[in-house]
Amino acid sequence: MRTLLVIGAGTAGVITVNKLRKKLPRSEWEITVVDPADTHDYQPGYLFLAVGMYTEKKVGKPLAKLIPKGVTLVKGAVQDIKPAENTVVLADGTTLDYDYLVIATGTTPRPDQTPGMDGKLWHESIHSFYTYPDALALEEKLKNFEGGKVVVHVTEMPIKCPVAPLEFAFLADAYFADRGIRDKVEMTYVTPLPGAFTKPIAATTLGDMLGKRGITVEPDYIIERVDEDAKAIFSYDEREIPFDLLVTIPLNMGADFVGRSGLGDELNFVSVDKETLQSTKFENIFAVGDATNVPTSKAGAVAHYELDLFPKNFLQLIGGKEMTHTFDGHATCFVESGHGKGLLIDFNYEIEPLPGSFPFPVLGPMRLLKETRLNHIGKLAFRFAYWWLLLPGRYIPISPHLSMRGKRRPAGN
Amino acid sequence: MPTQDMLGREIHVDDEGFLTEYDEWDEKLGAELAKNIGVEMTDEHWKVIAFLRKDYESEGTTATTRRVNSIGGFPVKLQFELFPQKPAKKMAYIAGLPKPAGCV
Repeated sequence: MRTLLVIGAGTAGVITVNKLRKKLPRSEWEITVVDPADTHDYQPGYLFLAVGMYTEKKVGKPLAKLIPKGVTLVKGAVQDIKPAENTVVLADGTTLDYDYLVIATGTTPRPDQTPGMDGKLWHESIHSFYTYPDALALEEKLKNFEGGKVVVHVTEMPIKCPVAPLEFAFLADAYFADRGIRDKVEMTYVTPLPGAFTKPIAATTLGDMLGKRGITVEPDYIIERVDEDAKAIFSYDEREIPFDLLVTIPLNMGADFVGRSGLGDELNFVSVDKETLQSTKFENIFAVGDATNVPTSKAGAVAHYELDLFPKNFLQLIGGKEMTHTFDGHATCFVESGHGKGLLIDFNYEIEPLPGSFPFPVLGPMRLLKETRLNHIGKLAFRFAYWWLLLPGRYIPISPHLSMRGKRRPAGN
Repeated sequence: MPTQDMLGREIHVDDEGFLTEYDEWDEKLGAELAKNIGVEMTDEHWKVIAFLRKDYESEGTTATTRRVNSIGGFPVKLQFELFPQKPAKKMAYIAGLPKPAGCV
């Protein structure tokens, strides 16, 4: 009997165990997944929760219901991975041995890493929306907000769902307009990037959308500290930006135990081969989803595409073959833009987001890099696809590899 | 890939002028690149550049500002003083390394 151990039952972890349980014979393979949570949240819902578009009920489900028969769910927090001993130690001292390990521990917002961020202003005039309590606190704050300086801020890349801060800016603009107080709110978008987004064509489109909404962009901004008394953020090059409400995306880091195990980079993301997701240090260790250091978006769609390929590679590996199903960094993201519209972007390691139609040329039905009502409906409908197709690992007819069909490169690019 | 003539040599660069061939770089060229973007090199500058070169050789990617701080030991504040406004980009440019991957 061999053991596959998966750490983390978020999006990537749940898809992993659902897919691999179908592929690995029960007489030969035990599969265990370990996670401290009781509930699995639909994380895109946090943003909608914060701006009052969702109720709390739409966000979470009991985790145990998402784990298939034949997989052992262990409730517990991991303390350490001992890769040389093929063992994982839990906080209560329990040890779990494995033959193969999959790390799916995601990324965690760390407001503690920026001086002044998680002090007396946290959940008072400094907010975020990447955890359930953060989203609820922000919802409450926005409901009672009467106007002033709103600063939407990204601490450092990479972050989970890199379009979410933009979506928040668009949705907050619409939200204040609906409440009739938009003219009392001054909005600034502060980013460490040279523009609204990383890749030039999308950065132009998204930057224009911020401009049209009267949202000022402050680029190349690397935060040093929050001055709690002045209610302002300061960058390393001494740019001061005052706020009445700071909505920040704190530094994102992988799990601390990844750092301690020697498997990670300086942000505790697991160092892996970007095509096979195999650890660069131990060949019986893999990482999937946000926990890796691969240079693409940290997003559910990426986890899904990775896990169209990883199980096939895993079967090759345990069969003594070469892994041939290479991941190209494919990501697909809906971008809510407010007032019932949205955009869709599709890209990978090499190809930046381009305009066109998706998934089919001409027919679409989704339009890429363009605000449409259907893209918004797609985003809303995606919640059902998440629970019923994506997590159970059912077939979704979109290739894990990026396709150029339907895409076009604007002149001059 | 475009090429550029510098110090009488043909240098491979991307469309923003970042070197694409690790081995085409030497300190002389680094000094020339620094001049292009108005950075006056001191010993302190060269120490940072030396770290970036060495780190790229072992890691295969250009070090981020955070990594230059945590692994290289050069505080972010210092990086901003030495390479004003856009340290990550300027350090990579002078060190003859690919532009730091703007993670998406």
